[in-house]
Amino acid sequence: MITLSHFIVLGAVLFCIAVAGLFINRKNVIVLLMAIELMLLAVNMNFVAFSRFLGDVSGQVFVFFILTVAAAESAIGLAILVLLFRNRSTINIAEIDSMKG
Amino acid sequence: MIDPNLFQLICFYAFGVVTVGAALAVITLKNSVHAVLALVLTFFSTACIWLLAEAEFLAIALIVVYVGAVMVLFLFVVMMLDIKQEQVREGFIRYLPVGIVVALVMLVEMLALIGVRAMQAIPMGANPAAAAGMSNTAWLGTALYTQYLLPFEIAALILTVGVVAAVALTLRQRADRRHESASQQVRVNARDRVRIVKMAAEQPARTTAQPQQPGDQEAKP
Repeated sequence: MITLSHFIVLGAVLFCIAVAGLFINRKNVIVLLMAIELMLLAVNMNFVAFSRFLGDVSGQVFVFFILTVAAAESAIGLAILVLLFRNRSTINIAEIDSMKG
Repeated sequence: MIDPNLFQLICFYAFGVVTVGAALAVITLKNSVHAVLALVLTFFSTACIWLLAEAEFLAIALIVVYVGAVMVLFLFVVMMLDIKQEQVREGFIRYLPVGIVVALVMLVEMLALIGVRAMQAIPMGANPAAAAGMSNTAWLGTALYTQYLLPFEIAALILTVGVVAAVALTLRQRADRRHESASQQVRVNARDRVRIVKMAAEQPARTTAQPQQPGDQEAKP
């Protein structure tokens, strides 16, 4: 019998893997973007599970909106990445420090 | 005959193991192309898990939108950029302990929070869409087009803004390109092109040489 906690634990594991990915891939912006996608996926997993177990449609509607916004986000992120690579010829985060943040 | 509930649980574990393994591959693989392909596998097995939760529309949307569009975009960008592998990998070992520690601490905290509720072990009830007498898609669509119509329109607007922003960011104007300006062509007036001058009518100047007599040609042979 699948219980609610099965889904939530899977979402938590995915989220932690994504956080670890953010830490260990300091040099590659593309992998960072992919780790963000993984995080959104983990959150979506929770939304779907809660929507199913509480019998409320709002959770699935919210997942729909998250998918929309994530698609727009990755399109713009990749556009910025292409622009960055064209101007600086690198995607190494350590070298992209012109804003001194 | 295997119990359907047990079969569901076995499926969940199988898909879950594939999801977690592929997610680990995403963050550890050396080659970015392989990482993107691992992420495709993660999305695919997650869609399978959503099918187990009877969220059919979202599962198919995840495959169509993510695997079909977003990941292909990622692949395009990865293959377009000329990335040096060894340069990208430096610092991987240095940050590995920090990443593992932070992720493990977060995981333990979240599992502790979940564990308190997991004692009750809420089983999966009846499908709410089926209880309402609809398919999952109809159930979702009914809410989307009535209760959430305005957010739906705003989502469409966000996508349009995303498209325009992506094009505007990457559009490159070359200095030596010859182009025609459409707005300039539309705005053109006949007055700017053709100048009409008034002048007196002019007779063609009379030639001094007399035209040949028509009789000459016939007389020759």
